[in-house]
Amino acid sequence: MKKVSVLRRAKRQESFVKKLFLVFSLLSIFTTLGIIFILVFQALGFFRKVSIVEFLTSTKWTPLFYEKHFGILPLLTGTVLITVIAILVAAPLGILTALFLSEYASPRVRRMVKPVLEILAGVPTVVYGYFALLFVTPLLRRFIPSIAGFNALSPGIVMGIMILPLVASLSEDAMQAVPLSLREGGYALGATKFEVAIQIVLPAAFSGITASLVLAVSRAVGETMLVTIAAGQMPQFTFNPLVPIETMTAFIAQISMGDTPTGSLEYQTIFAVGLVLFLLTFLLNLLARKLRERFRERYQ
Amino acid sequence: MKGQERFQRSLLKKKVKERIFFVLAAFALLVSLLTLFVLLIDTLHDGLPRFNWKFLTGYPSRKAEQAGILPALVGSIYITALTILFAIPIGVGTGIYLEEYAEKNRLSNTIEISISTLSGVPSILYGMLGLELFARALGFGRTVITGGLTLALLVLPIVIVTTRESIRAVPPSLREAAFALGATRWQVIKDHLLPVAFPGILTGVILTISRAIGEAAPLIMVGALTYIAFLPQGITSPFTALPIQIFNWVSRPQKAFQANAAAGIIVLLILTLALNSLAIFLRNRYQKRMSSRVF
Repeated sequence: MKKVSVLRRAKRQESFVKKLFLVFSLLSIFTTLGIIFILVFQALGFFRKVSIVEFLTSTKWTPLFYEKHFGILPLLTGTVLITVIAILVAAPLGILTALFLSEYASPRVRRMVKPVLEILAGVPTVVYGYFALLFVTPLLRRFIPSIAGFNALSPGIVMGIMILPLVASLSEDAMQAVPLSLREGGYALGATKFEVAIQIVLPAAFSGITASLVLAVSRAVGETMLVTIAAGQMPQFTFNPLVPIETMTAFIAQISMGDTPTGSLEYQTIFAVGLVLFLLTFLLNLLARKLRERFRERYQ
Repeated sequence: MKGQERFQRSLLKKKVKERIFFVLAAFALLVSLLTLFVLLIDTLHDGLPRFNWKFLTGYPSRKAEQAGILPALVGSIYITALTILFAIPIGVGTGIYLEEYAEKNRLSNTIEISISTLSGVPSILYGMLGLELFARALGFGRTVITGGLTLALLVLPIVIVTTRESIRAVPPSLREAAFALGATRWQVIKDHLLPVAFPGILTGVILTISRAIGEAAPLIMVGALTYIAFLPQGITSPFTALPIQIFNWVSRPQKAFQANAAAGIIVLLILTLALNSLAIFLRNRYQKRMSSRVF
């Protein structure tokens, strides 16, 4: 008798746990749908009042002024400008760091360096914002006197340092996955380490490295605090890195800090911008995933 | 003779290239190490003069010299505790479900796609979701509970991914042995998988805490007020948080407030770096143990 009840209890527990965890898992789907729904719903309200053509082609973004313009291009160029600077810093440094760790460093050096990179990746972004505004910008001013207090260059460089650990560690993973036999083939032909690194490892790990760069771009596009603190709040249709600009994320943060009434056009603008931000990062992440899958297929 | 000369010369050229490249790569690595070092020195230099007991236990003030971070610190602790409370059971549960229960079908595929999408969503968009869903639609307002729930959704993918990785690292033999003795799936998970996977999951949890403490953008979205001169009274109280307070001080033009920001950053860095180091230490130890356990 007792045996049966133990068995029954175990079975009941089993089905309860399974259902509970299923409900937990469904939450991820609901969160995704929730984000998409809220962005699309509010953005539709926005596009009822502002034409999509103006949104996508006007070069002025002045939703808070008396004479309102709703062209997202200045926010896009601001975002692109910062991201390009960040990648120009992070790509060479990150890939070289990865090559060093994967091809040159002894296991001991790697064991010491990797935690430092991880710590660098764990620094909160407000801290990077402080660093950009109050250390890097004054430093840059010594060399470029004309640089404004808020500009794209300084947060761009700091953003590059911020995403560097991501590029380095994902690229190194890709390089480590390159079969040893390929390297040994190179050495057997008398190649130096440099030649093996550049002519064998780098091309073989190419799609993995590209994936890490695409992910880093996505991270840079979505970063908020660093640019809100150090890049300014002046949407300008420019690629000049020395003047104040505004990114998409910084605009969203700016509006949410003021007291914009819910449901107003100004309030709806942040959702239209948020939708663009979501689509952009989503596509970048999708691309990174496809690249990484291709890389895995080749070597596993 | 000529051929050998040419060979020697090309060999020398190769060696020089080799050297240059090594120096270049080592330099690239040095840049990150140096930046971290400069960043720490810079904030210590700016913030240490303001960093004292009164600063830690004081309230915000319009006079920079009297301002403190107690409400922000307590707010951060409240928010982080709530985040953990929601995110850990749900994240670990999802991880277990996907690894142990889910069959390969459309539903589990959709869940997987959702999680990988969520892990790439910029944090500020979580803030917009929190603002519309928790603060407005559910009527929680701009309170501690809204902040905690918003951050819980944000860190959920991290918890899920680390849980899955830790479970996957458990040797199949362990699982099979338990099944062979007639254990149900839940008994296998509860008595055998989770204890072995625990250090890995714990590492993920610590990283999650560190992430939650440092996150500012979503909290700004859900309206963490910046001038709060009182401690949160419960989960339905308005709040501020450490990174928000720092952001508020950085944004002011006065030097004295910026010194406060630096002192706040010292507190924030001590918390997040200590947590991250702990996580890295745990993981390294655990990895060693796992690899020796396999044999």
